[in-house]
Amino acid sequence: MRVALFVTCVNDALYPRTGIAVVRLLERLGVDVDFPAGQSCCGQPQYNTGYRYETEPLLRRTAEAFAGHAYVVTPSGSCAAMIREHYPRIGRKAVGEGRGSELAALAEDLAPRVYELTEFLVDVLGVTDVGAYFPHTVTYHPSCHGLRGLGLGDRPRRLLAAVKGLDLVELPGAEECCGFGGTFAVKNPDVSTAMGADKIASAAATGAEVLCGADNSCLAHLDGLLRRADAPLRTLHLAEILAATEEEPLP
Amino acid sequence: MPAFPALPAFPAFPDAARDAVRDDVLRANLRHATHTIRDKRARAVAELEDWDRLRAAGKAVKDHTLRHLDRYLLQLEEAVTAAGGTVHWAADADEANRIVTELVRATGEREVVKVKSMATQEIGLNEALEAAGIAAYETDLAELIVQLGHDRPSHILVPAIHRNRAEIRDIFRTEMGNWGRPAPDPLGDDPRDLAEAARLHLREKFLRAKVAVSGANFMVAETGTMVVFESEGNGRMCLTLPDTLISVVGIEKVVPTFRDLEIFLQTLPRSSTAERMNPYTTMWTGLGPSRGADGDGPSAFHLVLLDNGRTDTLADETGRQALRCIRCSACLNVCPVYERAGGHAYGSVYPGPIGAILSPQLRGTGSAIDASLPYASTLCGACYEVCPVAIDIPEVLVHLRERVAQGGPATRDGIRVRIRPAQRHTAERAAMRAARLLMDHPGALRAAERLLARARRLAPRRLPGAGRAWTDTRELPSLPAESFRDWWARERGNPQ
Repeated sequence: MRVALFVTCVNDALYPRTGIAVVRLLERLGVDVDFPAGQSCCGQPQYNTGYRYETEPLLRRTAEAFAGHAYVVTPSGSCAAMIREHYPRIGRKAVGEGRGSELAALAEDLAPRVYELTEFLVDVLGVTDVGAYFPHTVTYHPSCHGLRGLGLGDRPRRLLAAVKGLDLVELPGAEECCGFGGTFAVKNPDVSTAMGADKIASAAATGAEVLCGADNSCLAHLDGLLRRADAPLRTLHLAEILAATEEEPLP
Repeated sequence: MPAFPALPAFPAFPDAARDAVRDDVLRANLRHATHTIRDKRARAVAELEDWDRLRAAGKAVKDHTLRHLDRYLLQLEEAVTAAGGTVHWAADADEANRIVTELVRATGEREVVKVKSMATQEIGLNEALEAAGIAAYETDLAELIVQLGHDRPSHILVPAIHRNRAEIRDIFRTEMGNWGRPAPDPLGDDPRDLAEAARLHLREKFLRAKVAVSGANFMVAETGTMVVFESEGNGRMCLTLPDTLISVVGIEKVVPTFRDLEIFLQTLPRSSTAERMNPYTTMWTGLGPSRGADGDGPSAFHLVLLDNGRTDTLADETGRQALRCIRCSACLNVCPVYERAGGHAYGSVYPGPIGAILSPQLRGTGSAIDASLPYASTLCGACYEVCPVAIDIPEVLVHLRERVAQGGPATRDGIRVRIRPAQRHTAERAAMRAARLLMDHPGALRAAERLLARARRLAPRRLPGAGRAWTDTRELPSLPAESFRDWWARERGNPQ
């Protein structure tokens, strides 16, 4: 099987190790990975802040970059939700504004081919035990767009529970938003920080060594708060845990 | 002292929220109250196997009614009139206040008792009556606490949610005597003692009142029936004891048939108070068959149908779903932003997620507070998940952000206008455009990433400008040695 990796702009520029982990993980599972170089950003920051027109060229670019790929896999629930849920909406709005059906066609064509990583592993590849090894105590924060936007359900936790050596502890209030919210983090910094502070306090109280998530944007916010507080808890993207093996442990 | 001292204009949401976040007592009160009701609601909803179908049915009834609102309102007017009521139409708050003030004046009375009502708060009726020399007494326990405390409501269903028992006891002790029967002395802060103090204080008001003002949760077009849901019985006192009853109701509260209530009698109590059945549901149709002749019920009934921005909202294809709202407040109780910011930060009688989409539509996005409300959310989607009429609040939030940031069509006072982008968003607009241009040129993006990687030793701990909002409380992510794009090119030799 051949898939195209949509690494996302945040992972490309700030968290390349997440993208590298996805490549190693998928290749270990016998999947061939392509990285279409024309990709950049899905346009979520623009769209969610109210700049729909600025989003349209990025929709077009993303759709063109992944044209012809049956499976597009991304390690970000919010970027996957952007493409699956909002691209068709943006296309319909453009049609409603009398600007032709091209954008809508691109959106409708791409949306069903995009998979968040855990969906792809569990639903398409049909695996929950990916042969990973990570001998640590981990708690999992389900980011809102994956949880409610995509309906990922317990897929991430099932994948983590199957990791050898991993002790998964439940995060109290897991389904509450961490307070990142894209530009919300800078437009409403006080509320954002208060929400994040409660989230890291809950995570720390579990006694876990690692706070795991499947969206590096939320983790950047939580990690930023943890490091400012000099807390011993560290954040890790799910893909990095799933990519770790006894032969190739996490660096 | 006036019951409602003039308050300054509302600041934008982030500024108002800042104070709330730093108020430890407020945050503890809100956290305790919202989590308790949130957990109870989840249990009450889980009891119903057909919740999803009830939710879809509620949405469908409301959408159908909104689509044919003109027809159902005329049918309602006819039915109410036939049952001995009088219907008045109010285009805006001023007109509604004028109508009610004149109706009260015509009775010769100088005081009214009130059933808790969002519509009368929306139009500032109490203040308008006070300016006309008429005292309006709130009889809902939480509204009484707010009124006695010279405060503003901060929650749709629990207006005094921001107060704890000790604060309420202090308010009762110092204020009740100024408005009628004083609180018993001594007064404890046990809920039973507080309820008894309120009961004694209010009983005097109920028995003396000749005029009552209410809202309504629903109006039935086919029968002309008004429906009020409440939990304390104070509403029933107001709706049955006085001679004159004046109800001010938003035009979106109409449903076509009596049978439609079946849905909302199940979804509203469970969503709002986590109760299987509503404690007091009062229904009245005009003056009823006796027309008050047997001394049972009012002898005059007036219905003021309030528009106040609702038909403008109805004209918006995406935003109109906010008019489905049945004011259950489930979205407030589940919202993590509301939990930290408190209801007052929303600068409106409609706080929380529903307020963030309703107020900027009813009032327009012109003021600082109304332009900031669509951004008072992380778009986490918890509000949509719990909404019993399936209002996609995140979708409307993004839609309204668009109106603020890039402008677009809107309807104000029945006229189609083009909203210009907000001026204070100029710098943000430039940044979004620059980011898009960079992202639209992966070659340039790659160069920028390399520049970033090379500059990583220079990475400052604190950023200037808008970035400061991040670095004031959070570390920045550390910059990697190379981007994923470059790693791929090096490892996999993908031609760029």
